[in-house]
Amino acid sequence: MRITCPICGERDIREFTYKGDAVALDRPAPDAGDEVWDEYMHLRDNPAGVTRELWMHSGGCGAWLVVTRDTVTHEIVGVALARDVEGAVA
Amino acid sequence: MADLKSLSPCAGLLPLSRGALTLEEVAWDPIWSVAPYKGQMQDVSDLLNAALGVGFPVPGTWDGDANVRALWSGLDQAFLVGAKPPAGLTARAAVTDNSDSWACVALSGDDVEEVLARLVPVDLREAAFGIGRCIRTQVQHMACVVLRDAPDRFVIMAFRSMAGTLVHELDVAMQGVDARKPA
Repeated sequence: MRITCPICGERDIREFTYKGDAVALDRPAPDAGDEVWDEYMHLRDNPAGVTRELWMHSGGCGAWLVVTRDTVTHEIVGVALARDVEGAVA
Repeated sequence: MADLKSLSPCAGLLPLSRGALTLEEVAWDPIWSVAPYKGQMQDVSDLLNAALGVGFPVPGTWDGDANVRALWSGLDQAFLVGAKPPAGLTARAAVTDNSDSWACVALSGDDVEEVLARLVPVDLREAAFGIGRCIRTQVQHMACVVLRDAPDRFVIMAFRSMAGTLVHELDVAMQGVDARKPA
């Protein structure tokens, strides 16, 4: 599997570190309530299909990436710098 | 008072040669990390250019000459080698002294690309990685900087604490390539 880093270009999977679902980019407000925070912290979908994930190019430029990947075929549909994605925390 | 002797990162390890391949230490001093603050990239580049004649390098490249170089070293970060940062830079960028913290080695010889092909998961052949390229990648599992500064010469930087491992990995690959060379 290879990921095309927007900074470095196409690189081998061993240079990247997986974080998890890109839900971390949509952090609820501090006063959003227990239910919303419980969902944000603990509840994840487990889709067979296209999903948005956070990866870090730890063995390269160090950028956080939002990778859109199909969990069935492992096809990478899109890669963007997390800092350019709307809702990303600075 | 004790008389302290300074040792370079690869002291006692280099130079070494295997056939036509040579590995030697590069004494780069000083090395400064320059990371422009948000929105300051152009100002930082202009400041460096005016003072030292090298701009902030485009991702994946290095710029400069044998005396002063600017190496791209990551997202919005570069290493300034061989010169002190100009006055006024600290207002526009996070500037840190990295001298002594990197083991810098130069690998040269005809088969240098074949040696690195065993260790680095990036195409480093000349068509894809010519003189002037400089990237962050890995040597085996170690984070590193790799740059080409001549057709048959690469400089590889790894953390100083990993100098022994870096030399070992490169040496094993050099021996492997050399041993398979037709007589």
